[in-house]
Amino acid sequence: MDWSQSLRLIAPEETLSIAGLVLLLVAAWGGDKASRLISILSVAALVAAMALVAPALCGGAMGPDTSAFFGQFHADAFSSFAKILIYGSAAITLVLAPSYFERFNSMRAEYPILVIFASIGMGMMVSAGDLLTLYIGLEMMSLASYVLAAFLRNDGRSAEAGLKYFVLGALASGILLFGMSLTYGFTGSTSFPLINAALANGLPTGALFGIVFMLIGLAFKISAVPLHMWTPDVYEGAPTPVTTFFATAPKVAGFGLLMRVLLDAFGGQSAAWQQIIVFIALASIVVGALGAIGQTNIKRLMAYSSINNVGFILVGLATTTQAGATGMLVYLTIYVAMSVAGFTAILMLKDADGNYVEEIAKLAGLSRTRPGLALALAMVMFSLAGIPPLLGFWGKFVVFQAAVQADMLALAAIGIAASVIGAFYYLKVVKVLYFDEPADVVTGESDVWHKIILVFSCLFISPFGYLLTGWLGANAEKATTALLAAL
Amino acid sequence: MIGVEHYVVVSSILFVLGVLGIFLNRKNVIVVLMAIELILLSVNINLVAFSAFMGDLTGQIFAMFVLTVAAGEAATGLAILVIYFRGRGTIAVDDVNRMKG
Repeated sequence: MDWSQSLRLIAPEETLSIAGLVLLLVAAWGGDKASRLISILSVAALVAAMALVAPALCGGAMGPDTSAFFGQFHADAFSSFAKILIYGSAAITLVLAPSYFERFNSMRAEYPILVIFASIGMGMMVSAGDLLTLYIGLEMMSLASYVLAAFLRNDGRSAEAGLKYFVLGALASGILLFGMSLTYGFTGSTSFPLINAALANGLPTGALFGIVFMLIGLAFKISAVPLHMWTPDVYEGAPTPVTTFFATAPKVAGFGLLMRVLLDAFGGQSAAWQQIIVFIALASIVVGALGAIGQTNIKRLMAYSSINNVGFILVGLATTTQAGATGMLVYLTIYVAMSVAGFTAILMLKDADGNYVEEIAKLAGLSRTRPGLALALAMVMFSLAGIPPLLGFWGKFVVFQAAVQADMLALAAIGIAASVIGAFYYLKVVKVLYFDEPADVVTGESDVWHKIILVFSCLFISPFGYLLTGWLGANAEKATTALLAAL
Repeated sequence: MIGVEHYVVVSSILFVLGVLGIFLNRKNVIVVLMAIELILLSVNINLVAFSAFMGDLTGQIFAMFVLTVAAGEAATGLAILVIYFRGRGTIAVDDVNRMKG
């Protein structure tokens, strides 16, 4: 493996880094007037990076040819699958942002640049082949996200969201790091294949502590149960385009990282972590379903729904099989589309003065004043609940199918029962939208870009999405094959 | 003779103190930042001790990276704290409660 080959493999990261640094200079030079230009160029850079990673996914790249810098970094089909989702959702949040921030006179040139730097970090997370790469990627994402959460700096809620996200995020990184130091100490290496080899003859107690600490730290990033409590506050307080970003790209990166760590580094010791994942999955499903019931703010409701869905995705990981991992990737893709559709619809809820409406009660009778928007929101709710004709059902179906194939019937049964509880609050929103007396609050005009994104994401989660399931499944299969071959 | 286990015990104690510092502290957010720093430094002790006893340099290189990131983290945290203080006029932990539920 020579140096130039390594540099070729990290082409998408190089593109984004150079774009980020150059645009930072443009921002310093042009000030906030240049923010629209910088947004457009950032979207172009993200799309270029997507084009650069696509061939590895289509060709199902795997094995030693894809590992750069002595195994520190893997540019295989798995990382490409995750990176396409990450860069795609980052680009979408950039398109959603300008009209929102201009309302508060705070469209700043730094926003797209922070999103780009966070995307580079997330790309490194899903490509990590070593604990060091993992940590650097994770921190690069986190530091940019803390600032993004507090981006509306004149708004008290946004600053509070940033502060909470920072304190809990730093604590989670600390716990993760402590786990990594124990893993290093008891296995003698930080590289995933060497850790796996060192654990082949059994698991020392110190390394078991390492796994547990690392799992707790990573659970924070995907907002799974023991460390989910930041999610509602940050989702509510952060500016809505940033919330869209938090609900999509970092989740993909967190799951990609979790799969790499558990299936590569600790793949030989799956008995040690399987029970923990089963517990986290069920607890997330139940907490997400019950916590959402009393919510009156739609962004908080989406936060609990995201905890709930994270639980379902973890069911795929709990199986420890390739079918489960493939199901996770399929579910993640569908979940990203549902989140984009949901938050875009929330961004379009404006009153006559252009203020953003977040209270569920004010959406009463939306079907009579804005039938299209109400239909889109109802589709998102039904899809998140996993009700059949919509694509959300397919995601749940593939992970539960994997669980049944792995003989985990109890897990599947409890999960399905809890998804019925979850359906309650989704249906409550639909009831408010369709059957309550009109409140006539949401009357504001919508941005044309929001309409375009909403139409496409709703088409994807509509029954038409089933036309793509074969293609999606085949690509996810290629990705997980490459993931398991990375050892 | 001081062995690697002594270092691990010290770093574990520091780690637990750091975590308790975040949860038990009700006064102000600066203390939370200090507790986070304590956690990261306890990890560094671990890494350097393991690295020295195994004769493997990776841990010490890792510790350098952790130090660098800790500096960045402290800077970001303080910056967020400043805009928070500007809006609210307080940094008491008990007052960080505009959003609940």
